[in-house]
Amino acid sequence: MATDWRPSAEIATLRERARLIGEVRAFFAERGVWEVETPVLGHGGSTDVHLASLSCVATTPAGRERLWLQTSPEFHMKRLLAAGSGPIFQLARSFRDGEVGARHNLEFTMLEWYRPGFGLNALIEETTQLIRRVLPDDPGPVRLRRYRELFRHRLGIDPFTESLGGLRRLAEAQGGLSMDEAARDECLDLLMSLAIEPDLGHEGLDVVVDYPADQAALARRHRDPEDGQWVASRFEVYCRGLELANGYDELTDAEEQRARFEADKAARRSAGLPEVDSDARLVAALASGMPEGSGVALGLDRLIQLALGKTSVAEVMAFSTPQA
Amino acid sequence: MANYSTNEFKGGLKVMLDGDPCAILENDYVKPGKGQAFNRVKLRNLMTGRVWERTFKSGESLEGADVLELDMEYLYTDGEMWYFMLNDGSFEQYPVEKKALGDTEKWLKEQVVYTVTLWNDNVINVTPPNFIELEVTETDPGLKGDTAQGGSKPATLSSGAVVRVPLFINEGEVLKVDTRTGEYVSRA
Repeated sequence: MATDWRPSAEIATLRERARLIGEVRAFFAERGVWEVETPVLGHGGSTDVHLASLSCVATTPAGRERLWLQTSPEFHMKRLLAAGSGPIFQLARSFRDGEVGARHNLEFTMLEWYRPGFGLNALIEETTQLIRRVLPDDPGPVRLRRYRELFRHRLGIDPFTESLGGLRRLAEAQGGLSMDEAARDECLDLLMSLAIEPDLGHEGLDVVVDYPADQAALARRHRDPEDGQWVASRFEVYCRGLELANGYDELTDAEEQRARFEADKAARRSAGLPEVDSDARLVAALASGMPEGSGVALGLDRLIQLALGKTSVAEVMAFSTPQA
Repeated sequence: MANYSTNEFKGGLKVMLDGDPCAILENDYVKPGKGQAFNRVKLRNLMTGRVWERTFKSGESLEGADVLELDMEYLYTDGEMWYFMLNDGSFEQYPVEKKALGDTEKWLKEQVVYTVTLWNDNVINVTPPNFIELEVTETDPGLKGDTAQGGSKPATLSSGAVVRVPLFINEGEVLKVDTRTGEYVSRA
């Protein structure tokens, strides 16, 4: 059989992709957000228990060292912010092991940008403007959807107060799998993925806010005005059932950051996951003072997929991993 | 049998689920923005033919199923069992129960080669070839001149299957039939 050497995207699609990337660059140029390039290989990897970092061993000025392929440009960009960069954006090649499917590829392009001085609402506004700029037709109005309200409306439960047993039973019914030993977050993730996400973004751009505090990652937390429950200060944007962007009111407290790295590492150990070196330089940068502000990461391949009416990210990439 | 993890689930892989052997049809990776990843998997239960949709945590694994698909020639039936023979020259025969035969019973013809699915050495399914040639044993007399109008009538074939055929087909003719749809294709 002949070796299949052809690209996974059509050449006409790749030309359109190039044009849309030009639009993205123009969008930021108009706003005074400048483009940076940060390393793909770093001394720290992502400690997030739900991300699998790839690593390699390379010869550097320090000798033979393990370096981590970045799962997003976040750590390096935050160090630029701490060094006084002001607003910056990047089109960063990012790597996540095991993420394979119609909406995922092992390596992909993350559009990530940071806005010192912006609150979450200002960044939501800018993110949805960028999405509108790239999509050829109007995706509809922007709607803020509280995580808690989505669960109440779609599943009839309060995700913050429902008992663990109740969450497990509901997750089992939705997924047809045993959730006997599942933690709260696992149940919530399953319900979000199967029951809620597919319905989002069909009548407009749905922006989900006020996530459970345990799902804060590198975002700050604040209290839900409803009853004082801690919630994560982050948002996700959905368009036509697809998650496009993930934004944070960025954590700037070095001690809190160090504690979250340590908590991640402990969680990785108890789950039997491989150890990852955390980024000590990020903690040092925060300690020296990173300006308060918000940042967002957007899956550029997915946005281009939507803009060009394709059904998988592979169709808008020159060579998806199976063809690479 | 080996265990297979969700990232090894590919179309055609045979695994055990709820005590039944299943074939994986589709495997879709889903992951909320930040959080646990899952695989939504479609499987065909090889015992019942039913399609199941199940969700697994990414990284979970299932035991492989000892399932073999072999080419066998249909020999005969004694009314209780149907006998097939491996066509690899070994002449080894396998008896098949009516339950495992299912709908394939109406497409049986001696000396034709079928795909026989074995699980732990027992036959659980028999699949006919996509196209098969069978003789018409019963149909209303042919009507001349109606070929252009595309009318059809039922015809009973030597295997017992009843298919819709064009009006010009007569008893004794051999037809090519698509066993997947049960539709007439052409005169053989």
